[in-house]
Amino acid sequence: MSAEQTTLAFDWSCRIMADNGCGFPAPGLHSFLFQPIFTVGGYGFNKVMLLALITTLVVVGFFYAAFGKAKVVPGKLQMIGEAGYDFVRRGIVYETIGKREGEKYVPLMVSIFFFVWIMNIWSVIPLAQFPVASIIAYPMVLALVVYVIWVSLTFKRHGFVGGWKNITGYDPSLGPIKWLVSFIEFFSNLFVRPFTHAVRLFANMFAGHLMLVMFTVASWYLLNSWLIPAAGVSFVMTMGMIGFELFVQAVQAYVFVLLACSYIQGALAEHH
Amino acid sequence: MIANLQLAAEGAQNPLLPPGPELLVGTIAFAIVFFFLAKKLLPNINKVLEERREAIEGGMEKAEAAQVEAQSVLEQYRAQLAEARHEAARLRQEATEQGAAIIAEMRAEGQRQREEIVAAGHAQIEADRKAAASALRQDVGKLATDLAGKLVGESLEDHARQSRVIDRFLDELEEKAEAAR
Repeated sequence: MSAEQTTLAFDWSCRIMADNGCGFPAPGLHSFLFQPIFTVGGYGFNKVMLLALITTLVVVGFFYAAFGKAKVVPGKLQMIGEAGYDFVRRGIVYETIGKREGEKYVPLMVSIFFFVWIMNIWSVIPLAQFPVASIIAYPMVLALVVYVIWVSLTFKRHGFVGGWKNITGYDPSLGPIKWLVSFIEFFSNLFVRPFTHAVRLFANMFAGHLMLVMFTVASWYLLNSWLIPAAGVSFVMTMGMIGFELFVQAVQAYVFVLLACSYIQGALAEHH
Repeated sequence: MIANLQLAAEGAQNPLLPPGPELLVGTIAFAIVFFFLAKKLLPNINKVLEERREAIEGGMEKAEAAQVEAQSVLEQYRAQLAEARHEAARLRQEATEQGAAIIAEMRAEGQRQREEIVAAGHAQIEADRKAAASALRQDVGKLATDLAGKLVGESLEDHARQSRVIDRFLDELEEKAEAAR
């Protein structure tokens, strides 16, 4: 991809009724492409990658500040960290997998939750203003980690035949349709599941970003002549969308971890 | 500029196809997070949470021990109190019994003394009566003889018959008195 194709400079002169022959610069797929900041061996390092790494810094930095020198009587930061940690541990992992079997997966789930949440939150942080998870690669990495864990866990727990029975939901009591059911389950669990797991997060962030860009750009574009009130409406919508996105970001992080836990729980369970 | 944007849109990949470098960066970014959290920071907080839980439970155990002790002391105190009450009741009972015994004894003693006194009195009276009776009999015999001698004009004193007559007379008198009684 050439640099020219990924040029996304915003044209400030584009205004409605400005008569300079430029239309509404609608957001689209190009809103998710960035010029590389620098290139290493032909591969560009762009803003999203930088945000992903800053996400790592933020999450590790926060938990280091909160738990690095953890005390029995907690400080404010440790209290907040504990609340977040407990939310994932008790609220998600213990609730789905159970305390005994789930304890092992708490660190993974806490990591995923906060990593995803902070990746999402960049969407509304000034200057960043881009949800990292709206690039499919990032949710895909996490979904793949979860996928590898639950599939290997299924076979480890139930053996080869039992593992396949677990994945296909093989149930002789279903009679002649058991093969059909097994096929659908097999396809759904092994192929559709990881895809939807990643895409659910990706699509929410993708759509959210489109909406935010759309109203933000419109606010500027409409800011001319008698359409200034319309620009005001668009601006209010932008603010509303920011609030809504904050909610969606947290919910999607929660859902992503909740699904990961339920997949692992399914792998550990005797039957689907 | 428009052309540029158009080009960008056309040149954009399918958003569902992940670009390779991003996969790598994502993996590294997440691996670092997971490494620090799983190896260091979460075990850290788990240890502290465990310590806190123990501290709280230790305090609760202490409180529980104190309560148990207080309960046992209370029970001990109650037992002692009950014992003391029992003892007091027993002593009271004993005192009552002893008092009753003493009263009964005194009463018996009094009765006995009274009877003794009464008996002594009776004996005395009987003795006095007998002495009086015998003295009287002598005096009455003498007086009667004297009187009769004076009346008859002769001394009857020496005659045994006379004394027999007097005795018979007195016996008759006695019999009359007996009959009249």
